[in-house]
Amino acid sequence: MPAYAYPHYDAVRPPELDGETVLHDVAIVGGGPVGLSLALDLAQRGVRTVVLQSSNTLSEGSRALCWSKRTLEILDRFGVAQPIAARGFTWSTGRVFAGDREVYHFDLQPERDQPFPAFVNLQQYFAEEYLVDAVRGANELIELRWQNKATGIEQDDEAVTLKVETPHGFYQLQSRYVVACDGAKSTIRRAMGLGFEGRVFEDNFLIADVDVAGDVGAKDRRFWFNPSFDPSETALCHGQGDGMWRVDFQLGWDVDVEAEMQPEKALPRIKALLGRDDVEATWISIYTFQCRRIERFRDDRVLFAGDAAHQVSPFGARGGNSGIQDADNLAWKLALVLDGRAPDALLDSYHDERAHAADENIRITSRTVDFMTAKTPLRARMRQAVLGLAEKHAFARALINSGRLSTPTVHDRSPLNSDHGIAGPAAIGGPCPNRQLADGSYLLDYLGRGLRFEGLYVADGAPSSTQLSAFKALQAADVPLDTIVVGVEDAEGLRTLPDPDGRIAATLGAGPGQYILLRPDQHVAAVLPRLDLAQLHSALDRAMAKPASPVLAQAGE
Amino acid sequence: MTMANAMRTDLNIADADAFYEALIRCHEGLSDDDSNLLNARLVLLLANQVGDMAVLEQCLAAAREGLD
Repeated sequence: MPAYAYPHYDAVRPPELDGETVLHDVAIVGGGPVGLSLALDLAQRGVRTVVLQSSNTLSEGSRALCWSKRTLEILDRFGVAQPIAARGFTWSTGRVFAGDREVYHFDLQPERDQPFPAFVNLQQYFAEEYLVDAVRGANELIELRWQNKATGIEQDDEAVTLKVETPHGFYQLQSRYVVACDGAKSTIRRAMGLGFEGRVFEDNFLIADVDVAGDVGAKDRRFWFNPSFDPSETALCHGQGDGMWRVDFQLGWDVDVEAEMQPEKALPRIKALLGRDDVEATWISIYTFQCRRIERFRDDRVLFAGDAAHQVSPFGARGGNSGIQDADNLAWKLALVLDGRAPDALLDSYHDERAHAADENIRITSRTVDFMTAKTPLRARMRQAVLGLAEKHAFARALINSGRLSTPTVHDRSPLNSDHGIAGPAAIGGPCPNRQLADGSYLLDYLGRGLRFEGLYVADGAPSSTQLSAFKALQAADVPLDTIVVGVEDAEGLRTLPDPDGRIAATLGAGPGQYILLRPDQHVAAVLPRLDLAQLHSALDRAMAKPASPVLAQAGE
Repeated sequence: MTMANAMRTDLNIADADAFYEALIRCHEGLSDDDSNLLNARLVLLLANQVGDMAVLEQCLAAAREGLD
């Protein structure tokens, strides 16, 4: 396989350079997976964006690599998940070794009848290439400006002003909102003087993308503690797209970084790991990492997403996935606030929900690092004890931590939730569960495409005329709530999903008469144990951070 | 005839990762000697929770296994 030919994109000469004054709605700083998926999400909800990308090409090396099921569900709304799944490498089994001995394996096989597996591994540059393709097909709602580097930022009550550097000169860009998706070294975050506090882990990791000739054999995720073939403390090996491998070695702190990256030093250990000689490295790098986050994800008109807002240890694939989930969380909120249909407070909930997610990811990945890097004699001894007991005693296997892989955060403490005391597979604050339907389509295919709320109402017999007229009134509201009646063929022009074998109701864990209120990002805002229109109105207001309006709720009936 | 109780080997801790983190954190800032002493005290406290001598004998044997 020839090495990937990185495309080169010409610098865009923006109208501002020729003296035009433009007030953009949303400017996105950074054109990586987070910035591009945010732009696509906003475009799908009718919002025009400008994306400033400092580089003239895609990111180097496989980097984010592991795309989770939930991330693929999000990207599928823009048509990007299928190409990723088609080119990527799908895995679900992780094998963990102590020395040469396999001590544990886990299987990530998710719920049945899903369109996407637990994980697809694909080099970040391919994912970005597909995102750029999708941007070109986004009805010119996205203006992607290559080689436009934001270098400074100011904001007042009306707008944000970015100072942008291009090969053609500097200009000032004005936008009502700016989203910084410019990575861990975020220029925007630094220019605003915002802290980025957390733990620094003193360890260097060698990372490489490796091409091999011919068949690559079994490609489960393989992780070694104290590998017999290498002096490193841990090693990790993953399959990726186009028959390539990705390998990581934990080198320790006191190493000569430049020397370790040289092919003559790195290649022999990669060959030993793979147990073959016909290998070629297309990318070799060394990274260190931190676990930290910005204090507030929102600073008035400036919002932070992805690595610009939080950094985690890479073991668990929680960086790229949680970044795309940030974008998913923010897009509909920005869209509703921009045209005045939801109060400004809705943007505060972006901080509440995604800071909670970042804290969860930081906590989980920090535990992994504490297990992986035996920095003190006590930690080394405890890990030795766990690995020694694991072969024979099941409980110890559960303590082995080589990465707890990314799952979507359930925003269970969100101010947007209405808790009516029902817990099921459709957890309040979590994404709606997916399932293949009798005709081969999937439940999520029908949800979260526009700028509207959706309700899954599990019919309890034919809906009454009062219910139907209430549903129609909500469908025509300023922010529409589109009710989908589950379990009937026809409901007077409302959307329906027949459910002959009851699988939709079972997937949702919902009985007859229950109503599940979904936000535009497919997350559950409320589960009503039985349809109560006043409760539904108040849950809808709450999900948009609107103050309660009991009078309106009455009028809706 | 009554069977002696068997040592549990399936996972009996709801959040194993949280326990491990708490255990490591409990040792933070201690010298190696004090860390060893902490573990010894912890063994005694946990053994007293178990109570059942038959189970404790099996735990002792499992802990010893492979160290000779």
